[in-house]
Amino acid sequence: MITDSLQLDPAEFSAATGWEIKPEGACKADVCVPLPSTGDFDVRATAERLGMAVVADREAGLWAIGPQSLGGRALVSAEAPELALDDLDGHEFRLSSLRGQKVLLVAWAPY
Amino acid sequence: MSLELSDADSDAAASRPYIEAAHPEHPSLLDPTHQMDALFGVVNIPNVVWIDETGVIVRPAEPGWPDGRHEMPRNMLTSIPKLGRAQTAPAPPEGSHGLAGIAAGQNREAYPDAIREWAAKGAASRYALTADEVVARSQERSPGMSEGAAHFELANHLWRGGRRDLAIAHFNESHRLQPANWTYKRQAWSLVGNERVGGDFGRFAQAPVEGEEGDWPFTSDFFSDVALLGEGEYYPKTF
Repeated sequence: MITDSLQLDPAEFSAATGWEIKPEGACKADVCVPLPSTGDFDVRATAERLGMAVVADREAGLWAIGPQSLGGRALVSAEAPELALDDLDGHEFRLSSLRGQKVLLVAWAPY
Repeated sequence: MSLELSDADSDAAASRPYIEAAHPEHPSLLDPTHQMDALFGVVNIPNVVWIDETGVIVRPAEPGWPDGRHEMPRNMLTSIPKLGRAQTAPAPPEGSHGLAGIAAGQNREAYPDAIREWAAKGAASRYALTADEVVARSQERSPGMSEGAAHFELANHLWRGGRRDLAIAHFNESHRLQPANWTYKRQAWSLVGNERVGGDFGRFAQAPVEGEEGDWPFTSDFFSDVALLGEGEYYPKTF
């Protein structure tokens, strides 16, 4: 995720990464990772626990928080993460709307 | 899901002609920020993810094709000027297969039949993996690879925002940290190649124009990196 501030609240972090901040820790699907009990949400500490790199571009005044590397794999669970993307007309489509059907996600690129 | 290359203000210019020509009956979505990589571990295209009716992945991102055809658009190669090599690219090893290595080691015709079997048999299909297998077979991702992804996201964001001066260093760093991520590399090479060459197929010029190597801002290029690979290293064998 791209941000111009690391003063994020849990909802912003969750919306961008899919990791929900709960009393038991940072949770995604059936996986929960305990967080430091320091009170306020600490994005750097949370990112570290989840194996997410935090990279800055000082000149642009931006940070990028990389995806989790927990367990050394791209997936932490077989439960499909939510994917929300726009079609050509700008209408958002959510992967979860296909629940009840088999789905093939096919990634391609025009090059 | 199209990993869309275009600049933010160009209305999906790279993907739109292909999608409109195909008249797809399925949802056809644009992925300009490479969510498919962050969420599913897609590091090359084409890649396919199988998800069952309950929303559980039964095959993680893997190379997959609709059939065995391997065609280039007509006039593509003749419309691109002769390309050179990045000045800092590694030399091709002796016995390199060059571009031929890309197609080697796969049985592309088998893939649609495997999908049909899963569609008919569901969890009883020999191709449906357990949850543990799905996680274990998903793309490798170390903390360093997360750092590479963060650099790529910065590069992509800065490029689309017109800060190309800042974007290039992040592209190069993402390539260094994730050398096997072909979408990171090809996205960057395509964006610059298209600027240099233009036309209908400029996006496929993923190396410097011969004689203009000093104007290529990346540490390597498509042909030089592919030349380093052995069989099954560009597209790991699916079945």
